[in-house]
Amino acid sequence: RDFNERCAQCSEVNWGLTDGGRFYCRSCHNVTEKITDVPNTDFASNTKIQTVSKSVRKQEKTGCEKKICEGFQLVLRKQAEALQALGVCPQIKDEVLWNFWRCYLQKTKQAYCDRPAGETVEPLSVCDSGTDVDSDPERLSLYSSLSESEGDLQTDCSFVSSTSKVSESTLVHSRSGSVDGSLYLMKNPKEKMRMTMPMTLSFCYMALLWMRETMTLSELLRFVFEGHIPYLNVFQHFPEKMKLRGPDIKIFCVESWPSYEEVFNKMHELAEFLDLPRFPDVTDSCFLHPDMLCMKYLMEANLPDEMHNWTCRVVKKTCIGEVDFLTLVPGNKSTRKVKYDVLAAAVIVVVLKLLFLLDDNYEWLLSDFAQERNKNNEDGPYFELKKWYKVLKCTLDVEQKKLDERRAKYLWRCEKPLFYSAKKKSKVLKRRQIVVNLQNQFGRLSGSVQPAEKPNPSSFQLRWSEENTDGSCFHGHSLKGILQEKCGLLTAMNPRYWLCTLKLCNEKLCGHLAHYGEADFPHSYHFVLRLFSFLLRIEPSYIHDEVCMIEHKLFNKKLCKKKKKKRK
Amino acid sequence: SFCESKFNFKKCKELCLNFIQDAMLQKQWKRAAEFLTFYVEALEKDFSREPVGVSEIIWRIGSEILRHHPNSSVKEFNAFIEPIKTLSVKRYLKVCLEHAFYLLHNGLIDEAYQNLSLAESWRFGEQTIIQDKEVKLIQAYMGLLDYYKWSKQKNILLEHGEEEFEDLSVEQEMHSYFRKAAVNLKEIIKMPGVWDQFVQCYVDMLEFYGDHNEARQVLNEYAYNPEFPTNPNAHVYLYQFLKRHGESKKSLISVLKILHDIVPSHELMIDFNTMLQKSKKRKRRRLGLEVIFAVLDYAGCKENVKAWSCLARQVKQIVMSEKHLAWIKQEWNSRKDWWPAFHFSRYLAKKNWQENESLSYEKALVAGILLGRDCKYFKYVSHKGCKAQVKRFRILKKFVNKHNPVYLRISD
Repeated sequence: RDFNERCAQCSEVNWGLTDGGRFYCRSCHNVTEKITDVPNTDFASNTKIQTVSKSVRKQEKTGCEKKICEGFQLVLRKQAEALQALGVCPQIKDEVLWNFWRCYLQKTKQAYCDRPAGETVEPLSVCDSGTDVDSDPERLSLYSSLSESEGDLQTDCSFVSSTSKVSESTLVHSRSGSVDGSLYLMKNPKEKMRMTMPMTLSFCYMALLWMRETMTLSELLRFVFEGHIPYLNVFQHFPEKMKLRGPDIKIFCVESWPSYEEVFNKMHELAEFLDLPRFPDVTDSCFLHPDMLCMKYLMEANLPDEMHNWTCRVVKKTCIGEVDFLTLVPGNKSTRKVKYDVLAAAVIVVVLKLLFLLDDNYEWLLSDFAQERNKNNEDGPYFELKKWYKVLKCTLDVEQKKLDERRAKYLWRCEKPLFYSAKKKSKVLKRRQIVVNLQNQFGRLSGSVQPAEKPNPSSFQLRWSEENTDGSCFHGHSLKGILQEKCGLLTAMNPRYWLCTLKLCNEKLCGHLAHYGEADFPHSYHFVLRLFSFLLRIEPSYIHDEVCMIEHKLFNKKLCKKKKKKRK
Repeated sequence: SFCESKFNFKKCKELCLNFIQDAMLQKQWKRAAEFLTFYVEALEKDFSREPVGVSEIIWRIGSEILRHHPNSSVKEFNAFIEPIKTLSVKRYLKVCLEHAFYLLHNGLIDEAYQNLSLAESWRFGEQTIIQDKEVKLIQAYMGLLDYYKWSKQKNILLEHGEEEFEDLSVEQEMHSYFRKAAVNLKEIIKMPGVWDQFVQCYVDMLEFYGDHNEARQVLNEYAYNPEFPTNPNAHVYLYQFLKRHGESKKSLISVLKILHDIVPSHELMIDFNTMLQKSKKRKRRRLGLEVIFAVLDYAGCKENVKAWSCLARQVKQIVMSEKHLAWIKQEWNSRKDWWPAFHFSRYLAKKNWQENESLSYEKALVAGILLGRDCKYFKYVSHKGCKAQVKRFRILKKFVNKHNPVYLRISD
């Protein structure tokens, strides 16, 4: 405003402000380096503007909420496109996901506002509002936040970063477009279904499940972490008209990855909320069936193919392969919700325990035994746990290092800086400039550095090839080394088994079926959990829960006998 | 952990910081720089209340990398540090000061001075008052640099000597530097602290202009003001000044006595003993003995020939005069349990004889008196010395044999 220098190019004094806060000449579009740091003192930044009339406020409220909806719609669209690119059936975008979304909008529109759904409301953008204090349209389109108290930049930022789950009840919606939203939210029982970024992934997963696609939730999340599915900074792609206002940014700008549990639980809530019918059957020819997933995970874990027989036997014995067990029926509170990937991993863990006991002692003895047998063995090699352990341990350590480096190099901020408030805009811009300069300076000093490679999207994280002559692939190895013949059947030499827990907790009360502490269990068991923790990118305790559940099904009779004995 | 949801923004940056620190500890500057590029975006969320915030971390790490990186330069550093200064008002002066140090380290005196001067003129309301310690430091360093310039001018003046015409401007410049330096240096040494460098420079200038009184006062303050931390150097400076100006033995001794109390093993103690031995006053000679024994209590002086020769000389003198044997007895009392092993072992006898004959000579004399002619040390060294037909060892042997009864009297 106070910039009165003549333009270097055309000598005019006709300045405007670019998005980046630099002055540019309106006559010849020459951009200067000068960054404006004139704070906009025209705005009463911390006081609510009382003069805004009620009707305008209401319109603003729905207008802004409509924008948020549009935003999420765009996010979902982008995610669906990404899924298509990853090989998911194209129907997911225009049919399945879209229908779910529409259903959601219908269900929530009625809860959102006082007027019945269907009445169109003119979305008043801030620019048109005549009650604005400063009527410079140019200025308005940049300084978009208006009447609400933005609050401290400090609390905003620290808030977002400290909560990994952006839970609706703690989001201060009174600061977003809806002025009296906070009161409204408290009355509204459907508040839990407020749209959030993690919830977009719940939508995606729900669609994938509906279509029985060959992508588990853990895979979906992994693709998100690896950047193949848009999640972080998606709002960069929002068109101009969907400019993010102040506190609305928090809704779209997340600074943490969602957890498996979060997305999983939300998906089920969503399915119930939308009154969806029974999902398509998960049969034994389905990818999500434990028999199929076990096969996949056995391959990835570099375990012998022969183990698949054992996993199928466990699946059968525990009845977890039944259609009714596996298929999702929204709203059915009696059945336990199935985590297909975790379940399959847990089955493999149980099989390993059956075969090797995994008490930090027996498995090594058994391995030595197999090694002995291998010496006189003319057929294919017998599986030796020791060798397998060495290979996998090495691999896991390498992967851990890679992951840590990738995390350390992760860039959370995007090029488009966000402003939470008009007051802080210049400060934010200045900081961004400093950050960019520092990045450039130290980037030059890094020497020739390749940018962090984005791993190619792949269903398999670990590959083992039988062509490797170093013997590091165990797929073809035989389990005969640790089996014995009894009555014509091959059974495990290991006669014992230890239960992870004698009694299962009440999941609804304490959130888990059992409590996993690394120090409480054998190292081998922990190692196996860690392996699948890597493949699925979840905490070992989740796998442990499923293992407990399977064990209790498997040894149900014995456990009942014990209880009976006790009662006597 | 493989669970990604645990790694939010904050955790990722903490991890990044670990990588930076590892790289720096292993002096892998390129790698440290690489990870720093990923860390800096944390600046945009630097609203934490942690004791060491992101901007401070970036300042310190960035500076360190730029100091050591092979491709770095002063230009790079300057480009880096300027925006850093703007990041924190509370730290502005500190950063300026450290920047000046960096420039000085690279020999850029003028640039350093400009920086300091700029920093000195900074005003930011309350902050200027809160950061007044930093302001004083900045002024003190300006004073130091002014002294440096004064010193240069002085040297030019001294070199030219006869050519008075050119000297006038040089002289005037010199005086103006003196005035500027004096003001600042005087200020800083008022504050309790360790200001060795500043004090010395200030005194140097004062002496040049003949203001001995002021110089003496400054040094006295520095050494004796109880608010100042105990600083042996203060006493050393005072002593050296007094000596330079031919002060009385009495004042020299009083200064050195305090130094003896603070740092018994100080190298000046040897001179102190020499001074005291010569004195006519009994008390002082007594003190001398105490001082020299104390010096040799310390491992650092074990092989100090001069110290041993002082002790030997004094012990010899006392023995020959047959007066004040009690002094030796008193000093030896607290040492007779551990000095033999500490100084007079057979191993040391061999070592000293092989490495330093004079040392072994002096020590042998002391050992012979304190432990008698049959002690390991004396026996070995005197035997070797006599065998090698070195005259003084024969004399030594005779002397110790003659005065052997002394040993009996001290040792009871």
